[in-house]
Amino acid sequence: MSDWLEATFAQQRPRAIAALTRVFRDIDTAEEAFADACLKALTVWSQDGAPRDPLAWLLTTARNAGLDQLRKSQRRAAILSRHTEAFQPMPAETPDPDEMRDDVLRLLFICCHPELDRRDQIAIALRIVVGLSVEEIASGFLVKPKTMEQRITRAKKKITSNPVAFETPNPAERGARLGEVSLMIYLMFNEGWSTSAGPAQMRLTLCEEAIRLSRLLVVLFPAMGEQAALLAFLLLQHARRRARMDADGKLVALDDQDRSLWDRANTSEATVLLQKAERIGHRGPYVIQAAIAAAHARAGSPTETDWAFIESHYAALYALQPTAVVRLNQIAAQAKLYGPHHALKAMEGLADDLATYRWYHAMRAGLLQDIGDHKAAIAAFETVLSLSPTTPERAAVAEKIDLSKKELGDM
Amino acid sequence: MIYAITIYGEPGVFEALPKERQDEVMTGHGALQEALKARGEFVSMKLMPPTSAVMVEPAKIEGAAPLITDGPFADTKENFLGFYAADFKNLDEALKYAKMISSPIARLEVRPVAWAGGAISSE
Repeated sequence: MSDWLEATFAQQRPRAIAALTRVFRDIDTAEEAFADACLKALTVWSQDGAPRDPLAWLLTTARNAGLDQLRKSQRRAAILSRHTEAFQPMPAETPDPDEMRDDVLRLLFICCHPELDRRDQIAIALRIVVGLSVEEIASGFLVKPKTMEQRITRAKKKITSNPVAFETPNPAERGARLGEVSLMIYLMFNEGWSTSAGPAQMRLTLCEEAIRLSRLLVVLFPAMGEQAALLAFLLLQHARRRARMDADGKLVALDDQDRSLWDRANTSEATVLLQKAERIGHRGPYVIQAAIAAAHARAGSPTETDWAFIESHYAALYALQPTAVVRLNQIAAQAKLYGPHHALKAMEGLADDLATYRWYHAMRAGLLQDIGDHKAAIAAFETVLSLSPTTPERAAVAEKIDLSKKELGDM
Repeated sequence: MIYAITIYGEPGVFEALPKERQDEVMTGHGALQEALKARGEFVSMKLMPPTSAVMVEPAKIEGAAPLITDGPFADTKENFLGFYAADFKNLDEALKYAKMISSPIARLEVRPVAWAGGAISSE
């Protein structure tokens, strides 16, 4: 029975912890109270069946459990004296959607403490909001549980000492929070999708949890096109997870992927979400990135890809986010349109900015192979190997170096 | 009589289940679909998550176009997730088939269909 209930608890957790944090003005108390309520639910629901509104049940139970804890604890005096008004009887029904929306956003925003390293923001959000265990988070980040435990404890101290207003935010503040939280979720996915180095290429837990949080934002902010587009973008990337590595654990480039392995349920849901986002009208960076990913998903093969569409969208993205990496992606699309010579020339301007970015060298090496300059290609691939690629990337690069060496030998 | 077996539950809970529990749920659906296929025409649908939906609200003013909104708004309670429909001898038979997909994460409603058109028709 507990598997089924755990799934419900996991689903309710972000909303419940968010609402309880507002009630108690204290994350630790909220987490303990929620854990108590889940424990009680295991017994009561197993006997009587799950209630029609599990969130309302959990919130009421957790609030009572939290008050009990406070009465017993040292913290009681301090917290009670600060917030007497917060302990008025809470209505049994779920908080109204507007309040819930601000609660969840606030909790995620608290995790995005500006003094925390991005990875620590992500780790603390996974611990508090999603409820992953320290072991699960540690394996997501490829560090020892002990190390992760210390990092989370430190991060928690920092976020609880930073006062974030509990009043309803004004629209500008809400917008700023939403932007910051969306970025954290985007980076959580990226962290899972491309590890910086090491044996694994993907850590699916991080990707899946980022998708869940992104989905939660879409539920809470249904009229925000950028958040629908962010979810669409993540789903379109995630759809390729099975095609991205071959049986030998080698990274497979987009052009070489078996597209029948792309997850159709993910791509079709993403297509609908992108249509919704585009209907809303605002073309922000997530809408543009989702449109690019959707153009890849639509194409049955690399040659059927609408590269002109992709190139123009990277140009639009560059206008919003003028970074060297965005420009590199634009040039990659130009390579398909105007050929490798054009692209190699265009890349020269990025050489300094992206000197330590291994995808720059990998792309350059591929283009050099295309024009038959295998000597230079091998040198560029060797630069990639010197920039600590992951094991699956290393395998793919080694294969390409062999190819160029063979070409040189044949000449 | 055509009966609809409609499925209500919370979006996202299935995805939060461990793999072997998901397989358990899917085995039930697989069995039901096989059994229905063997007896004739049926319809079944799984809806995408509510986040993919757009609402068409009736016009507030007479003669105006209906209002398209980007809902549905956050509702944590049960949602309509999907349904099956097929011709059954009677309620008992419909219930027998419905039980094949019963699981702790979904509530099922078995309700006779007053009228059906399209792939399966009541006429």
